[in-house]
Amino acid sequence: MTDHHVILRVVSKFLIPIIAVYAFYVQFHGDYGPGGGFQAGVILAVSVILYALIFGIAEALTAIPAVFARGLAGVGVLLYAGVGLWTIANGGNYLDYDFLVDEPPGGHAGQHLGILLIELGVLFTVAGSMLTVFYAFAGRVTEIRDEDW
Amino acid sequence: MEVGTALVNVALLSMLFVIALGIVRMRSLFAIVMMSGVYSLVSAAWFVALDAVDVAFTEAAVGAGISTALMLGAMLLTSRRAKVEPRLINVASLIVCLATGAVLIYATIDLPAVGDPLAPANAYVGAEYLERVEADTGVPNVVTAVLASYRGFDTLGETAVIFTAGIAVALLLGFGERSLSDQTNKKRGPRS
Repeated sequence: MTDHHVILRVVSKFLIPIIAVYAFYVQFHGDYGPGGGFQAGVILAVSVILYALIFGIAEALTAIPAVFARGLAGVGVLLYAGVGLWTIANGGNYLDYDFLVDEPPGGHAGQHLGILLIELGVLFTVAGSMLTVFYAFAGRVTEIRDEDW
Repeated sequence: MEVGTALVNVALLSMLFVIALGIVRMRSLFAIVMMSGVYSLVSAAWFVALDAVDVAFTEAAVGAGISTALMLGAMLLTSRRAKVEPRLINVASLIVCLATGAVLIYATIDLPAVGDPLAPANAYVGAEYLERVEADTGVPNVVTAVLASYRGFDTLGETAVIFTAGIAVALLLGFGERSLSDQTNKKRGPRS
């Protein structure tokens, strides 16, 4: 480990948690402002990738193993598709969120729950896939050499 | 369109043009990756000026964020400078470019103005969504409602596409663990 990137390390140590928390803000605020699962997943993946670029891929792989990343991607798609099956089981059409919750007509609890769940599925898939792609590329070179900066 | 908005648009678009020219002329791949991130960021600012905040947000997150990081990762696998090509002017491709550009500019004459309420994009289905979204879903952000609820099928397909792309890249390039296993063991020792 080189330590003449000390400013970079300190600043990123401070910023990476904020980036990750911001991803969740984007995720859960998507109903009210711009954003949603796609953007949140990308931002979440970026926080890990930034960590990997600055502290080394090996460190990032111990924090978030590659098998976890690709598992997350699969879980996301299954969660999304599973919501559709759930609405069918409740007697509605595929992905018709009104059937998720038993509520009087005009209620929006089902819609909110459905959107929350499928956006979570999108978040998992996007974050997991992006990390998988990054690990596939970056797993071949362990660290950015000094002359590259 | 107001003068101020027009000025902002002109300024942002000329910045995009300058950045694109810069990217074409550069040879250091590191600088090119960074400049394409800057290009995405300026486009995102321009989308905000056009009131397309959701698109702007996606452009900033995907174009300036993850693409830059992925390109950096990809660049580490190759050389650091682009091959120097002799600067030749290919007459045929110049003509094709100019002709295509002229046709596209000619086509913009028929386009409706930005924000025109009678434009097809705003009039038919769009107006329908805006009217019904509150009663149907109760979600204030219409973009999210359309994306996740009205067109849940589409979004499921997109999610599946992203998953497939991620897995395909990993299958082609390897999952990234193998080449690192010995490196990780080496690193563990002195640090822990």
